[in-house]
Amino acid sequence: MRILNQIIAVCTINLKSLPQRFWLSLSTVMAVALVVGVLLAFLAMAAGFQQTLNGTGSANVALLLRDGSQQEVNSTITLEQTRLIAEAPGLVRKPDGSALMSAELYVIVDAVKRASGMKSNIPLRGVGQDAPALRDGFTLVAGRMLQPGSNEIIVGQALTKEFAGFDLGQEPRIGGVTWKVVGVFAMQGSVFESELWADLPVVQGLFRRGSITQTVRLRLTGADALAGLQRYSDDEPRLKLKAFSEKEYFAGQSSGTVKLIQYAGWPLSIAMAVGALAGALNTMYSSVASRSREIATLRCLGFGGFPAFVGTLVESLALSLIGGLLGTLVVWLLFDGFTTSTLGQGFTQIVFSLSLTPALMVQGVVLALAVGLIGGFFPALRAARLPIVAAYAQG
Amino acid sequence: MGALIDIRRASKRFVKGRETITIFDKLDLVINEGDFVAIMGPSGSGKTTLLNLLGGIDRATEGEISFGGVRLDQLTEGKLSGWRAANVGFIFQFYNLMPMLNAARNVELPLLLTRLGKGDRARRVQAALEIVGLGDRAKHFPREMSGGQQQRVAIARAIVADPKMLLCDEPTGDLDRKTADEILSMLQLLNREMGKTIIMVTHDPEAARYASRVLHLDKGRFIEQGAMA
Repeated sequence: MRILNQIIAVCTINLKSLPQRFWLSLSTVMAVALVVGVLLAFLAMAAGFQQTLNGTGSANVALLLRDGSQQEVNSTITLEQTRLIAEAPGLVRKPDGSALMSAELYVIVDAVKRASGMKSNIPLRGVGQDAPALRDGFTLVAGRMLQPGSNEIIVGQALTKEFAGFDLGQEPRIGGVTWKVVGVFAMQGSVFESELWADLPVVQGLFRRGSITQTVRLRLTGADALAGLQRYSDDEPRLKLKAFSEKEYFAGQSSGTVKLIQYAGWPLSIAMAVGALAGALNTMYSSVASRSREIATLRCLGFGGFPAFVGTLVESLALSLIGGLLGTLVVWLLFDGFTTSTLGQGFTQIVFSLSLTPALMVQGVVLALAVGLIGGFFPALRAARLPIVAAYAQG
Repeated sequence: MGALIDIRRASKRFVKGRETITIFDKLDLVINEGDFVAIMGPSGSGKTTLLNLLGGIDRATEGEISFGGVRLDQLTEGKLSGWRAANVGFIFQFYNLMPMLNAARNVELPLLLTRLGKGDRARRVQAALEIVGLGDRAKHFPREMSGGQQQRVAIARAIVADPKMLLCDEPTGDLDRKTADEILSMLQLLNREMGKTIIMVTHDPEAARYASRVLHLDKGRFIEQGAMA
């Protein structure tokens, strides 16, 4: 109890005397805030990207690619293969007995970013009429569905925000042809919101693909029907296809980019944290020096060295915590929900929103406290070991 | 009354570069319980060093220092801290109050080292402030007080835990004559009425007049002059 009283008294004295060291303390707070801010901006980017891809796709939708292909862009599926796979077991069928499926073509086209005016790649997806029924959460938020056989497109909501020329009613030129935007769709922020959709035969004709598609999507009767579908493909020599659950496919697509962002974010933040650490050490050594008379007085009164140690450490942790919270707050205010785009694995831009999750906030604050702990430890040791007589000489 | 402090053949030396500086050598001194001792002497004579040894915040290079039969030179740092908290009240030239704490919180500091609860601590703090005539200034901060009032708060802090001995290092060195006399009268009162043993280092012969015993420390030796008043 007595040691606790001493610690509380020393902490109170240290924290109440902070205004006397305002500018020095502020510099440490700002340095830590910067470190945490940079780290969280990177991690929020990775988390937002991951959430977008992980939120894409259903476990009950099978995605078929040519065996050996890992992405839609380098897959090819013939019309014959499409017809054969439609006979597979375990598929949801429409009242007329045909499978609920969509053969799709994925081509890369140019678009201009609203923010920078720079050209970027975006995906134009040629889809069948069942495509919306194969996407959970698909809703038309403006306009109407495209008419088969026409040069009409519907546009993902995220894409219209990020790229110019795709607002409802606009007539963008793609592949030398004028199109008309007749609808805008939302899909719970998934990666499909970064796409343009047009009628499959029109896209095949315009881009001279004949009857070739790249993927086939099928609605399964259940997630466990995927294995049966793969077996069906393996047993049929004309089908050399690989079946993924759509959810599994998109989760796999996110991992590389997420790792890249994280691997850039952490080393940069740690390098900056070393700089902040030097600032924290300087601040805390100055703090101990300026409080040496107070420390010596308390020691004269009978206070132990341990409370002086804890008091200095608490001061350092408090400054770092303030810095960490400040950095977190700034990132949250400026970047949480901020929409941007980056190159996905299909060589097209994926629009996503930065997401500062509670778990990331904890990581930022932990980094701040680590800076405070290391930056305060050695000055705290000095405070605890300060010979009383020498402290008076300094004070 | 019996001996409270017994210093036997105490020496204090500092090593500065290649040079060894002797502050005093084989010093003997006995201070009885209830004494009010003024230690005078020129600058550098070792007055403050002696006070630091008596307060257990510095150690003699050799020799014995006993307080009520307890050998201070044999106590560990931790035990010395406990001994100081229980037996010594310090009064400094520049008061050494915590500027961010009010008078009551400053006075309470030594009581945080005791087993007293919050209520008992508050009562003793108020009593100590009443003794020094500042019962109505408990909530005031040092910056809101004159030098004399700050020194009174420092005295209240020194006596609040009821130590046997008060060590005063130039307690009136920063005060005008009138205020200094008030502070010295208060120390005299604490000595006579409350039986506190007081050891005061001072340059001021007027201050020394308040003591019952005056010691001159010069070239590492004491010259006893008795009471000056």
